[in-house]
Amino acid sequence: MFPKGTKRKFSDGEEVPDENPADIKVMSSYNLQRQSLLDMSLIKLQLCHMLVEPNLCRSVLIANTVRQIQEEMTQDGSWTIMAEALNSNQSPSDCLVATEILCRPSPKDQDEEKPFSVISYEGCDSVSCHSEEVVDDSLCEPSSEAPTYLPISIGTWEKEDQKENSEEESEEDSKPEEQVFGTFEIKNPTATPDPALDELFSDVDTSYYDLDTMLTGMQSSPKMGPYDLLDSLSSHSQSISSNSGCRPDLNELDHIMEIIVGS
Amino acid sequence: MLLVEDGLGICVVHLSPLSLSLSLSLSLSGAGGGGNDVQWCFSQVKGAIDDDVAEADIISTVEFNHSGELLATGDKGGRVVIFQQEPENKSQPQCRGEYNVYSTFQSHEPEFDYLKSLEIEEKINKIRWLPQKNAAQFLLSTNDKTIKLWKISERDKRPEGYNLKEEDGRYRDPTTVTTLRVPVFRPMDLMVEASPRRVFANAHTYHINSISVNSDYETYLSADDLRVNLWHLEITDRSFNIVDIKPANMEELTEVITAAEFHPNQCNTFVYSSSKGTIRLCDMRESALCDKHSKLFEEPEDPSNRSFFSEIISSISDVKFSHNGRYMMTRDYLSVKIWDLNMESRPVETYQVHEYLRSKLCSLYENDCIFDKFECCWNGNDNVVMTGSYNNFFRMFDRGQKKDVTLEASRESSKPRAVLKPRKVSAGGKRKKDEISVDSLDFNKKILHTAWHPQENIIAVATTNNLYIFQDKLN
Repeated sequence: MFPKGTKRKFSDGEEVPDENPADIKVMSSYNLQRQSLLDMSLIKLQLCHMLVEPNLCRSVLIANTVRQIQEEMTQDGSWTIMAEALNSNQSPSDCLVATEILCRPSPKDQDEEKPFSVISYEGCDSVSCHSEEVVDDSLCEPSSEAPTYLPISIGTWEKEDQKENSEEESEEDSKPEEQVFGTFEIKNPTATPDPALDELFSDVDTSYYDLDTMLTGMQSSPKMGPYDLLDSLSSHSQSISSNSGCRPDLNELDHIMEIIVGS
Repeated sequence: MLLVEDGLGICVVHLSPLSLSLSLSLSLSGAGGGGNDVQWCFSQVKGAIDDDVAEADIISTVEFNHSGELLATGDKGGRVVIFQQEPENKSQPQCRGEYNVYSTFQSHEPEFDYLKSLEIEEKINKIRWLPQKNAAQFLLSTNDKTIKLWKISERDKRPEGYNLKEEDGRYRDPTTVTTLRVPVFRPMDLMVEASPRRVFANAHTYHINSISVNSDYETYLSADDLRVNLWHLEITDRSFNIVDIKPANMEELTEVITAAEFHPNQCNTFVYSSSKGTIRLCDMRESALCDKHSKLFEEPEDPSNRSFFSEIISSISDVKFSHNGRYMMTRDYLSVKIWDLNMESRPVETYQVHEYLRSKLCSLYENDCIFDKFECCWNGNDNVVMTGSYNNFFRMFDRGQKKDVTLEASRESSKPRAVLKPRKVSAGGKRKKDEISVDSLDFNKKILHTAWHPQENIIAVATTNNLYIFQDKLN
């Protein structure tokens, strides 16, 4: 299952290229497991809304698990993948291949499979964009030394919006990482802005989402935040209003499940 | 080494700096358990035999009263069933009395919260008995939102011989009355009536998970996910909030209250447990709002066992004080821990309930079993503890003898006075005869609720919809 509590070291540039495939394999298995755990948790949180009244204890425990995975992904996942991309002599296209091994099968057509793309990493740079630039206070512990981080969703589809988001920022812990991400982006200019994607998410506001209302299934005012991944799963199509985090359309959910299960 | 005397006897307490465990020697007087090996026998089973379980019949709580004569169960359909032990047969002193249905009543009905457009389940979350003060019995039963005080009384006589009424209740024409007589009480078939005496409503925004009667027998507490309220048994229109862990910003919520209980003899002390594996002991004399705990019991995490599920499995599902009030027991997903109230840094004893599940946590998370809330209980003299597991297994840990046993509640071993055979789960590859492999455990058959008679070695174990009663073998 999961490796027992050992931190993976930041690999430095002297690594022999031969070792990389093996490393990638081990890591990808862990990443896949972690990813599937994250997806499972998010589905569970969303399904909470459909119950009589969601069990607060269960929701809190699942939310804490999601938070923990995201923390680790920001600290470990992005670093490791990024380090490889930086240190490898692979061309950008090779890098994309490596990405395929690491990530879930990326959608060919982003337009059709937006919800999926929201969940997955879209490439090395998407991981980098998983940047702490947008502070999501609801996910942060009060201690300011903890690196600020984000739900993957915002990371993946808001890479174009980074600049806007950073304006909304209050705290920045990410100076060293910014530099790294900066160079990384130059190296991997695969982030072609997708106008459709932009337009779709242009109205997303990364302010808080009312956890109370989400967990108690109440209809709330149009706000999105840390659990916007859940919303985006349910709201990417117009059949569901983004306000009704509480009652996602069952057809919608089926569709999403199909994608995740990969059928 | 200390000599400690309490209400139950004199104990020799050994403190070993290496193990930091307390071992009680000299078994205590009276109540069963301890001493020789106890053999458990099937006594009775209550409930439908079908495999097809009706949702409303799922047992959600089991509780003996203070004398052990009455055994109450609550179910998902909002009903309470009370069993009464038959008085012991003088001619057969070897057999303890059987438990038969004494009273059944509908305690809670489903409700609809119009404001939130959500149903309020009628499932009985907890039942707690009040100590008996007169001929009637009283119990508190609660669902997610409302607590009710029920009076259960017997009627075995009725008046006969009214002058103005016929036997069937119709009024007589006064002009036909020619003589007067004094009505007399005549015996009738026993009738047990349950009536709601108090309804304690509208004090909880979140789901009530615990109720606990104070040793002053005047007040009780009720706890939901974020708050603990103190009530007076006579007053229903107000309660005091004594613990509130709701953060100003609900998005910062990372911890909830999972259980709470009053100390058995200190009426100012109570504890509440959390989803992060901590227990807080509070003293109500310190301040009106007990947000600041007097003691915080928490065991440091074992870094070698760390995983994404560490927090979930550390969440405490039940907390129970020992009868003597010196210890408390907590149940988390994989273990039972005994804490000395004087030591906050770690439990004095830890018992693994089903360690073989540790490698299966991912699947258990997927099928939600990891969120199952198991309860635990002490025996009458606090030297054996019991808790449930999967596959209709339940476990007992003898603290004095350092022995544990796994037993099964099943129809197969339900012959009268049949001795229960200890069960074993094999975690590894090699499975011995009679062992069950982890993969063939039925995770739908879970024993969440168990209760131990306060004086005797009689236990009540609830499977999904059946109640099993086991007794120790009397020679």
